[in-house]
Amino acid sequence: MFDPNLLFEQLFNGLQLGLLLFLLAAGLTLVFGIMDMMNLAHGSLYMLGAYVAAQITLWTGSFLLGVAVSLPVILLLGVCLEAGLLRPLYARGHLDQVLATFGMILFFNEFVRLVWGPEGIEVPLPDFLKGNIIIFDIPLPNYRLVVIGVGLLVALMMYLLVTRTRTGMLIRAGASNRDMVQALGIDINRVFTLVFGIGAALAALAGALAGPILAVTIGMGENILIQVLVVIVIGGIGSIRGAFVGAMLIGIIDILGRSFLDTFFKLFLPVNAAETAGPAVASMLIYILMAAVLFFKPQGLFPAKTG
Amino acid sequence: MGNRAQIIIVGTIFVGLGLVPLFAELTQTPFYLDLARRMMILAIGALSLNLIMGYGGLISFGHAAYIGIGAYVVGICAEHELVSGFIQWPLAIIVSGLFAIIFGLISLRTRGVYFIMITLALAQMMYFLGVSLDRYGGDDGLPLIERSNFGAVVDITNNVTLYFIVLGALVLSLLFCKRLINSRFGMVLQGTRSNETRMKTIGFPTLRYQLTAFVIAGMMAGFAGALLANHTDFINPDMMHWTRSGDLIIMVLLGGMGSLAGPVVGALAFILLEELLSGVTEYWQLIFGPFLILVVLFARGGLLGFFANKEQRDE
Amino acid sequence: MKKILVCGVSALALCFTAPYAMAAKAKKIKIGFVTTLSGGAGVIGKDMRQSVEIALDHLANKMGGIPVEVLFEDDQVKPEVGKQKTEKLLNKDKVDFLSGFIWSHVLLASRNSAVKSGKFLIVSNAGTSKIAGRLCHKNIFSTSWQNDQVPMALGEVLNKRGVKSLYIVAPNYAAGRDMVAGVERTFKGKVLGKDLTKWPTQLDFSAELAKARAANAEGVFIFYPGRATNAFFRQYAQAGMTKTPLYSVFSVDSLSLPKLQQAKLQNVLGTYSTQFWSPDLDTPVNKKFVADYRAKFNAYPSHYGAQSYDSIMMIADAVKAVGGDLSKMDAMRDQMRKASYPSVRGDFSYGNNHFPVQDFYLREVVKDSTGNWTTKIVQKVYENHQDVYAKKCKMKKSW
Repeated sequence: MFDPNLLFEQLFNGLQLGLLLFLLAAGLTLVFGIMDMMNLAHGSLYMLGAYVAAQITLWTGSFLLGVAVSLPVILLLGVCLEAGLLRPLYARGHLDQVLATFGMILFFNEFVRLVWGPEGIEVPLPDFLKGNIIIFDIPLPNYRLVVIGVGLLVALMMYLLVTRTRTGMLIRAGASNRDMVQALGIDINRVFTLVFGIGAALAALAGALAGPILAVTIGMGENILIQVLVVIVIGGIGSIRGAFVGAMLIGIIDILGRSFLDTFFKLFLPVNAAETAGPAVASMLIYILMAAVLFFKPQGLFPAKTG
Repeated sequence: MGNRAQIIIVGTIFVGLGLVPLFAELTQTPFYLDLARRMMILAIGALSLNLIMGYGGLISFGHAAYIGIGAYVVGICAEHELVSGFIQWPLAIIVSGLFAIIFGLISLRTRGVYFIMITLALAQMMYFLGVSLDRYGGDDGLPLIERSNFGAVVDITNNVTLYFIVLGALVLSLLFCKRLINSRFGMVLQGTRSNETRMKTIGFPTLRYQLTAFVIAGMMAGFAGALLANHTDFINPDMMHWTRSGDLIIMVLLGGMGSLAGPVVGALAFILLEELLSGVTEYWQLIFGPFLILVVLFARGGLLGFFANKEQRDE
Repeated sequence: MKKILVCGVSALALCFTAPYAMAAKAKKIKIGFVTTLSGGAGVIGKDMRQSVEIALDHLANKMGGIPVEVLFEDDQVKPEVGKQKTEKLLNKDKVDFLSGFIWSHVLLASRNSAVKSGKFLIVSNAGTSKIAGRLCHKNIFSTSWQNDQVPMALGEVLNKRGVKSLYIVAPNYAAGRDMVAGVERTFKGKVLGKDLTKWPTQLDFSAELAKARAANAEGVFIFYPGRATNAFFRQYAQAGMTKTPLYSVFSVDSLSLPKLQQAKLQNVLGTYSTQFWSPDLDTPVNKKFVADYRAKFNAYPSHYGAQSYDSIMMIADAVKAVGGDLSKMDAMRDQMRKASYPSVRGDFSYGNNHFPVQDFYLREVVKDSTGNWTTKIVQKVYENHQDVYAKKCKMKKSW
């Protein structure tokens, strides 16, 4: 009954999903943590990144170019948004931020529909990314391996940035005590713009990478946004390490739940009940997990705020 | 409250609402009756959210779940041949209250954005639960076999009768909120919103007050749900989706948070905008989105505050 | 003197009765068509609207000699919006017929309003078991099918092809569960595993595909409409599953195939699906419909369109039968029940629940002569198949 090959493959899938979530969560948790800003439009940046990458790929025939171009484009967009629309919202409460960024979601969704139509874009993958490698008798799709590779690379870079550079130190300081940083004479606005820009670029990368696996469609941002929010809440707002751990947890548990819950339920429930309960609980699993974490640690696993 | 202009605006709205059935009859368009009735039911939901959000400072992204729970109670009862409104409606209120106690106990351990997240998560769980319930339609929904039966007292299968019942319910809800907010309970609640530590220091068990407010709001929303089920003759899990909670938040904000009748104005504005704009263009959200942003940035105090030039603003 | 008096009285009588006689014949036929025109699913509504246009072209915009107008409304895939639009069409626009309805939940929400109005409701797509069973009504007809029939036909295909084991992957919502129930009802082999995925948000099927491969079934059955179709097929290929035949329902059609082709998902070619119709269905009515549709819109119509075309033709046939006198509801109903209108599916009949008793076919995805991907009929699977919910409908068949 227990298949180690299947388990291995599922862990691989969970890793890939987790890393994709991490790309999004890292940017969002910094924005939340440092700027104390509930930015629901982060999902829209992800969507726009996917669309831009897809469009460039269609125009030039090169997927790599598509990904590469979408990063600076969305970064620029993010920076403009931050300076123009989001700055007045820092001083406001979370509610105003939620409402305003929700308005942005509506706008961007319709904008995308206006420009690209309601049907989404298909991203044709280059041939070398289409196949799979056989490891231990299991075909692992090349593309997912690439996503894992990129994800781990970015995680490493973020780690180095945050722990080894002066900028990173500023970011960490801003996350734990914003007022103190300002009191020390640092222009907090520049830190904010930098953080937002990094977040936007990461979101664009996530979108560009996710496009070929999932679908490039309107509203793709909202679909994944809830999962990302769950990740950063579990991980602790403002903490990159928390985002990483949270993303891995969510990715792996989600996959394992989908794979093994119904089998698990069949051990002690009648088949019909197990077949209904399995998928139902699997879809609720990450919320149950979040509730459990918050019950014991109301500020998440690695809260960044100290002041 | 107490601002003259506000009272006039709200009064006018209610007079207008009272005249809608006549207007619909004269112009032979029952559609307006339907629209106004839906707006009033959502207004009750928004009023209940305002209790905990506007006055309590608790931003709940899962409030629509209670409306859905109330609606499902009515639907499930009807499905099992229990059609007496005298049983269904109080049951809807009680069941939503029970869920509110459980969810409140879990959520109120957290604050700020964590609170928002957990209320959202709990509501999504209810949504997925509804979708999985094949017996009661799942996401295909549950048509209401027959409306709540009140025997000889009143017959709500008549659309106009139901309309006035809803109108009465809205007025009662508004009065109830007024009593509650101006009571000692309401004062403590508002105090907790502005400075929880201070209230705790004075000796108030803030958690208990917040939980009570949460449960009252949940019960009121459950009541709105019972009305909604009878209004649409149909119940489905979409009613509990987090985007519906978002709609309620928008209504409260549009109307003016922390103002008593603001949610009514907000619900009216929301429904009108949705109807008018979608009639104008398919891409109406291109306009609605920026409009929301503008309201947030420039119309602090929402529409009610904007039009009545409210000086003092509780934030 | 008597003659003049008789003439005068007759003339007077004519003056009074003539307006009434003429009023019996409608001045204009109004049909309310509820469909989805916005959002991602708007492509379905577009196809339906275009097919209705072809139908009106074929009718020269007249039914029984009377000009006809079709009013389209957008339900936004929301039941309460659909209900609102239905009531608007009935009460404000005073339509004579209702048609359309892609989605079961929109249909269920609008049913009561339609029934209360006393007008005919010709359902162009939604196939919920409730409308075929317990909630059937003398004024509700379907020109499509009942949900379970299509996967049941597929189960039969699997039996005929000697497939002994199956792995099922479908979304966890009402329609998805109906599809699974349908195929399980007729498939005689063993179901090695079943995965119901979160709908509509889950687009990553890596976990389910891993399980499917590990189960090593002879075939995989799926139902993934909308944006999930591309995602699933792409991941299927990436997971190295191309050796296992893929059987689908309601996933591969004229709307999704162009996108699948654009994405170069070669593994779609050669997959099998069942339906009552395919663009190449060889009936005179269908040939004309498809040819004129392709000429005007440069694409294949989908089954949604074919069903909508039939809805219009059905209404036209009934109106003609009563000479445009729409007050003759019983006569129109009798005519509709005959199922004698020119339909894309050829000859068929109506069951007691007003759902078609019709043939179902096995289709394969192939390239047509111009290189476009389309479905081609391989063989007939069911002949005159009736849905299983007909016995739950209280109406008795008297025709």
